[in-house]
Amino acid sequence: MDLINWLVAPLQYEFMVKAIFVSALVGMVCAALSCYMTLKGWSLMGDAVSHAVLPGVAVAYMLNIPLAIGAFVFGVGSVIAIGFIKAQTRIKEDTVIGLVFTGFFALGLVLISKVRSSIDLTHILFGNVLGIADGDIVQTVIISGITLVILAILRKDLMLFCFDSTHARSIGLNTTFLYYVLLSLLSLTAVAALQTVGIILVVAMLVTPGATAYLLSDRFDVMMLIAMASGIFSSVMGTYISYHIDGSTGGCIVVLQTLLFLVAMIFAPKHGLLAKSREDRSITAADGKQLEK
Amino acid sequence: MNAIGIDIENVTVAYHGKVALHSASLQLQSGSICGLVGMNGAGKSTLFKAIMGFVKPATGRILVNGLPIHKAQKTNIVAYVPQSEEVDWNFPVSVADVVMMGRYGYMNILRIPGSRDKQAVRESLERVQMSDLRDRQIGELSGGQKKRTFFARALAQQAQVLLLDEPFAGVDVKTEKMLIDLLLQLRERGHTILISTHDLASIKTFCDRVVLINRSILAYGNTSDVFTPENIARAFDNSLGDLSSVTSQLNGKNRDIK
Repeated sequence: MDLINWLVAPLQYEFMVKAIFVSALVGMVCAALSCYMTLKGWSLMGDAVSHAVLPGVAVAYMLNIPLAIGAFVFGVGSVIAIGFIKAQTRIKEDTVIGLVFTGFFALGLVLISKVRSSIDLTHILFGNVLGIADGDIVQTVIISGITLVILAILRKDLMLFCFDSTHARSIGLNTTFLYYVLLSLLSLTAVAALQTVGIILVVAMLVTPGATAYLLSDRFDVMMLIAMASGIFSSVMGTYISYHIDGSTGGCIVVLQTLLFLVAMIFAPKHGLLAKSREDRSITAADGKQLEK
Repeated sequence: MNAIGIDIENVTVAYHGKVALHSASLQLQSGSICGLVGMNGAGKSTLFKAIMGFVKPATGRILVNGLPIHKAQKTNIVAYVPQSEEVDWNFPVSVADVVMMGRYGYMNILRIPGSRDKQAVRESLERVQMSDLRDRQIGELSGGQKKRTFFARALAQQAQVLLLDEPFAGVDVKTEKMLIDLLLQLRERGHTILISTHDLASIKTFCDRVVLINRSILAYGNTSDVFTPENIARAFDNSLGDLSSVTSQLNGKNRDIK
């Protein structure tokens, strides 16, 4: 019963119980959002926003307000800046995204280095879920709750926005509102995930589960459930593994997510590599038969 | 019968200081099908976008069934059938999911379909003969089936005004005939239909009216009056070659659709 011992023994420590709870919650919320990110093609945007929240975190510390508010302002601000520069100059969007988020991130580094006494930069960059403070847990729970409620209500509108925003507008939906809702949720979850896996790896939480599920299902609702299940599984198991091997928690979680993706990429029943090569072979075989006749 | 479905008055649209559509005026009556003909870049998409309220005209006004567009959209008056290239065919939705999207405007905020919505989807799928394929992911359809799916969505929306962007591009003959039959039925019921197409030969068979467009409206009126080789040559900057070839294209392959 080594496996049971492997799973149960860490739970005698309160910090492990907290860590598993927080990372599972964050894994689930990020995974739900990741479906929209992958379908809308917003991975780069997710990367940008998650980095751009850094100065917001620093400013929030200085002003002693909740991190989420600072992160939210700078996350949305970065996207407004991206939109403005793109509209006003001849520079292509990916270049604008690249230069804006690194600019924000660098500003964040400078600010944090000046208020170092209260923030540990490595915890923000790489996460510190094993040492998470109770105040941060409360914040994560609130952010996750808000995100899940909004997603539950606007699930279909956001799906339609990702799929066909022209139709969404033609039936009177406010697509500008939906755009900013999705963006705001992105900024908020980036803060929540920051505690677990850190700024650098947040984008994996916001992309990988959705990409894995996308290969496994042709139904949006099923895709959402698979993504959330894989997000929770990776977070919980990643936390356990990091405890047992005494390694980086964020790293373990994201490596597990990536492994799940690779498994799906190879073995997915319809969109996997094996299925595709089987399909190709059967087509070639059929062609061969036709030629023989 | 004489109500105005789409009323465009002196509309000019400019992007970044470049005029895409100059001083367009147009009145489409309810119960008519109007073909929109012009080259790529002549302003067809711009006209659609202006009617849909996606671009704000620099001058002029547009009314749909007597309402400003944003009011019209709230009451599901306008349906738009997109070009196939505009759709992400790998999106994880089924044929029935797409058709159901036509009903969102009738549902509450959670978009939970009621029995009327389900019935509208069922009937729309039957009318385009796609009931068998309702659970198919949209990427697994043929070109004609894809078009029928999006047409069914417009039917389910039960809009009075339909805008169709190149509905016959890449479509099989059976689908084209089916769509034209359905459009004629909708016309009988008093719908207003504006349809952009490159298929000049088929226009005469089902469009009562034609708009020729080349950055401004060149000609507008009954098909038989407006759709002359001279006018078409003007719309295409004579790029169709000599007039005789246009004429033969118009007369040569008239398909009868009853």
